Amino acid sequence: MNPANGFDRNGRYSAVSLLRHGLTHEDWPRAWRTHEVASTYDVVVIGAGVHGLATAYYLAKNQGITNVAVLDKGYVGGGASGRNTAILRSNYLTPEGVRFYDRSLALYAGLAADLNFNVMFAQRGHLTLAHNDGSLRTMRWRAEVNKLEGVQSEVIGPSEVKRLVPFLDVSPRTRYPILGALYHPPGGIIRHDAVNWGYARGADARGVHIHQNTEVTGIDVERGRVTGVRTSRGRIATGAVVNCTAGWATLVCDMAGVALPIVTHPLQAAVTEPVKSFLGAVVVSGSLHVYMSQTDRGELVFGASVDPFASYSTRGSLEFTEELAGHVLQLMPSIGKLRLLRQWAGLCDLTPDYSPIMGVTPVEGFYVDVGWGTYGFKAGPASGESIAELVATQRTPDLIRAFDLARFVDGRLVGEKGAAAVGH
Amino acid sequence: MILVPCPYCGPRNASEFRWGGEARPRPPVGTVTPEAWRAYLYLRRNVAGWTVESWYHRAGCRRFFCAERHTVTNEFRAAYLPGAADRPREQNAGESLAAGREEVV
Repeated sequence: MNPANGFDRNGRYSAVSLLRHGLTHEDWPRAWRTHEVASTYDVVVIGAGVHGLATAYYLAKNQGITNVAVLDKGYVGGGASGRNTAILRSNYLTPEGVRFYDRSLALYAGLAADLNFNVMFAQRGHLTLAHNDGSLRTMRWRAEVNKLEGVQSEVIGPSEVKRLVPFLDVSPRTRYPILGALYHPPGGIIRHDAVNWGYARGADARGVHIHQNTEVTGIDVERGRVTGVRTSRGRIATGAVVNCTAGWATLVCDMAGVALPIVTHPLQAAVTEPVKSFLGAVVVSGSLHVYMSQTDRGELVFGASVDPFASYSTRGSLEFTEELAGHVLQLMPSIGKLRLLRQWAGLCDLTPDYSPIMGVTPVEGFYVDVGWGTYGFKAGPASGESIAELVATQRTPDLIRAFDLARFVDGRLVGEKGAAAVGH
Repeated sequence: MILVPCPYCGPRNASEFRWGGEARPRPPVGTVTPEAWRAYLYLRRNVAGWTVESWYHRAGCRRFFCAERHTVTNEFRAAYLPGAADRPREQNAGESLAAGREEVV
């Protein structure tokens, strides 16, 4: 460890160390260190969000590859990993999707102990409301696929919905009456920043170099193989590059000459002022394009569908706020006096089939972990674990085999729109 | 509010339009290979900068047109009729309605 940066001697958090630092206010441990950029690394991961950091962490922890750099043009968790609504679930529609997201949920459940970092995962249950026969039918379908894959998931009626979330208006007189819901008890919310910081700290402790404010300006490819990465802080020679840049994925793939079926849309979210805890489960309505949860601080977090046209802009819009407020009040008229504190936007890399793209590319040594659209945060641990295994063993793990880039050439799409479009 | 320069109606609020994505030529359906067709269906340039897109003015004249937009700043600099992509007519979002109509009539 590096005492010059104030890094704790053993680097572990405990109640005793918290008490000691709290009393003395001295020698607070630094979560991760800063380094000079080395001229060569075994693996270079582009993007220091949850996917990039998890990939680096599992490369070091599971595969024993520690000569790894994580590069980011901004700061750790400054992109979509710090802008999402932190909802976790695994009640997807396709068997491939359910298996993959359930592995991620399992890793999240043990993550606080694994990282020695409190990630505040609260498995409070997840409700997807149905307002018409079509969505009720899709939910029955999802519930059956989920049960076959061993995921807790069932369709419940309006009275049961009312029991779980008393503030919802389940009367039949509303414009979009609640006919039922898909109830997924293991779903919940997490503290997204803590996940990013925990992975960064865990990767750093195992020898990974995290380089913030280091922009990738080019990727060198010779005879179909990656040979290096050019950055704003010099060239790095490497034989393996992983692209984990979400909304900017196309721009990084362009540097390596790899074409992607991705369109970048902004997705906006907002929070209210904090109030006493009253909303247990996560509530989602696909028909009303809204999902909401209450954080441990008491703020209500709202998200919606992506902006109606592609853009790399992260500016908020009044149209979004108006529509969101209208839809939320249809579900919960009693919170009309709550004030919105802030709104923001993140960039989503949407694919045509609402499933991600993980695996090899036509360029040898250049891997992608992209196409995460509006469902990337919940997938971070499982995709990091799988990509780390792929990079180390050169074999695509079964868990992510269906999500390769070549499926768009061969026509093997994994249609997940019924469970991913607004279904957070 | 973002104004989209409809070549028929002039600048209007973006909420009146449906975005149609990147404007690009469709390969000949009679002779195209499945791989080339799927590339046309799925692959996108997704540029961060100026790009030509198709738009549909659904709450206005209900006609399709092409526009050049900067995907980082959301600024528009030209709009023209479909098929006229090889000779784009410069038109700023703030230009008069009459200038937009003249070319259509």
